[in-house]
Amino acid sequence: MASPKIDPTLKKAAADGDAPLYAETVMIHPRTVKGTFRTWKWAAVAVLLAVYHLSPFLRWDRGPGAPSQAILVDMVGRRGYFFFLEIWPQEVYYLTGLLFIAAIALFFMSSLAGRVWCGFFCFQTVYTDLFMLVERLVVGDRAKRMALDRAPWSADKFGKKAVINLVWLVIAASCGVGFTLFFGDAPTMLTDIVTGNESAAVYGAIGVVGGACFLLAGYAREQVCLYMCPYSRFQSAMFDEHSLIIGYEEWRGEPRKPVRKGDSFENRGHCIDCRMCVTVCPTGIDIRDGIQMGCIGCALCIDACDAMMDKYKLPRGLITWDSIANQAARAAGGKGNIRLVRPRTIIYVALITLVGGLIVFSLASRKTTELNVLHERSPLYVQMSSGAIRNGYVLKVLNMVRQDRTFVLEVGGIDGATLSVVGGESNARSAELKVSPDVIGTYNVFVNAPLSALQGKRTPLVFTLRETSEGKVTRAESLFAAPDK
Amino acid sequence: MATIEKDSVSGQNTTGHEWDGIKELNTPLPKWWVYVFWATVVWAVAYWFLYPSWPTVNGYLKGSLGYSSRGELANELDIQKKARSAWLSKIEASDVAAIEQDKDLLRYAMAGGKIAFNENCAACHGVGGVGAYGFPTLADDEWLWGGTLADIEQTIKFGVRNTNKDSRQSEMPKFGADGLLKDDQISAVADYVLSLASKAPAKGSAGETVFTENCVVCHGEDGSGQAALGAPALNNQIWLYKGTKDAIVAQVTKPKHGNMPAWSERLEPSTIKMLAVYVHNLGGGK
Repeated sequence: MASPKIDPTLKKAAADGDAPLYAETVMIHPRTVKGTFRTWKWAAVAVLLAVYHLSPFLRWDRGPGAPSQAILVDMVGRRGYFFFLEIWPQEVYYLTGLLFIAAIALFFMSSLAGRVWCGFFCFQTVYTDLFMLVERLVVGDRAKRMALDRAPWSADKFGKKAVINLVWLVIAASCGVGFTLFFGDAPTMLTDIVTGNESAAVYGAIGVVGGACFLLAGYAREQVCLYMCPYSRFQSAMFDEHSLIIGYEEWRGEPRKPVRKGDSFENRGHCIDCRMCVTVCPTGIDIRDGIQMGCIGCALCIDACDAMMDKYKLPRGLITWDSIANQAARAAGGKGNIRLVRPRTIIYVALITLVGGLIVFSLASRKTTELNVLHERSPLYVQMSSGAIRNGYVLKVLNMVRQDRTFVLEVGGIDGATLSVVGGESNARSAELKVSPDVIGTYNVFVNAPLSALQGKRTPLVFTLRETSEGKVTRAESLFAAPDK
Repeated sequence: MATIEKDSVSGQNTTGHEWDGIKELNTPLPKWWVYVFWATVVWAVAYWFLYPSWPTVNGYLKGSLGYSSRGELANELDIQKKARSAWLSKIEASDVAAIEQDKDLLRYAMAGGKIAFNENCAACHGVGGVGAYGFPTLADDEWLWGGTLADIEQTIKFGVRNTNKDSRQSEMPKFGADGLLKDDQISAVADYVLSLASKAPAKGSAGETVFTENCVVCHGEDGSGQAALGAPALNNQIWLYKGTKDAIVAQVTKPKHGNMPAWSERLEPSTIKMLAVYVHNLGGGK
């Protein structure tokens, strides 16, 4: 912990075993560090923010009348667009599949290399890094920030805090705006948002997402990982003794001892107890205590420790990615080896392949027409003056492509049944249905059948819909109701 | 006695009360809570000035924004009306036959007609025109007053047997109650009507004679009815007042007559047009 200032009375009470169970959290101000992993982390921040903010502006030509945004969730039009793909609401299972793959990929990553997601890619990490950068630019590094927090309120402190919060607000607002741009035409929306012409709902969404960003990355920080995030809790269940985690090589480091100039490293551990690994930690833990829940796997302690090792001409890697099995092997004097292929990782890869394959298969064989039949229930059936029975149906023809299509509707299963379409054919063997591009065509259809051809109260019947240009047939089953014979 | 002291652990004062050695802390309310409380007070006062708030002797304080929930509703209705007016004026300008020819107008009229039907007509005729005893089914192809689009529009506009001067009017004589036919004649004609209904007319029966002498004027020689007089067809299995012999005898003896309001006195012309199109397309329109 970044030594929180504790009230002396509390210390005394703690010694007496009389301490309150509640301890106030102290803001953690990690020291800035330079190194390989810090560079990778900055790269991740840049790439992820670029993807997040630029992808709504990618264009994808879908022809006239269709939105030209590559990635778009059109809530009003009830369509999801992803480049070449256009998803209808009933196909939301593709999203479920994608989320499933994302979850398993998270497990897979955790079982291989610990919490790399948390340390490098999670938006909490990305925005926390960004917000801390703002603090560093305005105030300075760890010591200055801690000093400012301790200092009494003054014009200087107020000014610095105000600048920090303002910049945070701008970043948070851009986070909120970026989110909403996936739900409408990004360029027009952005103009409308800036000029104040967007709807209250959009500003509300920006407020909620941006507000969450501001509070979580600005003030809650590691508390999110420790107390709010469920993933951080169950990721440890994906670890085993062969998972590469960030660990302190205790066999090499202990016994730790501060070092003075000229001291030799004979008969002592390599850890010089400089506490650099602790001060750079964004969650304020001491990695030397072993693997623990607070570790988000950001690898900044590795950077910090390696720098110190270099300084003392010791080999790097006192803190490093290593598996628990390896550490144990090395402690016993052996040589560890890295095992990436394990039953656990094989199962995760198999699951990802399976679900990914299912998604690809179902996308490849995706139907472009769907026929839904709703049997009219009032009246269930009507007897005509000729004695024939008639049933009403509402047919919903889903034309899931962006072109006009013509279908031929026929009814089967009952001898002598004829079709009538409101606004179209009447008492015909087949009827032509024209459906506009990318819509659900709704048709009121009546089927007439002679009483003699019916099997009592319910007779099954089948509607077949033949697309005229490609000849593909879609079927839908329904029932024909009649009075009991 | 109340002695307020400082608690060593929390640093807070106690209330000064003590019960068997247990003292209560007098922890102040959290600051954020107090701030939120005062913010709500400020909010409330601002609300008084902006929105309708306090009652006065002659009304209430209207607030500077001039808001009222009635006004909001009126506004929303207005917007709806404007959105519909383009369609409705088109429907009002077209005659019913033209509406059926135009695919878009037809779709609008079917949707609007359905709502108007459920609001005004379904109480008697049933949802979807299913009909009930005494209330004709509108989904079949037997029509008392004609099943063409024009007939249906006329019937909806002026109704049946009401006080409107253009209302459909006709009454079947009370053959039994007024002594026009004897009981055995009525029984015989009922049998003949049943034979007509099952498409096997009992030629040469006593009933046929009674039928020819009394009924063919309106119901036709083959019992196919006459829409101009509202005389129902008797040569099928569709009955308004049941198709049992008892029911037919009762109807001949002292007929029941339904009536229907003249909807032109209650509904907009465009609504009536939509209703006519909707009913015509319920399945039995001619």
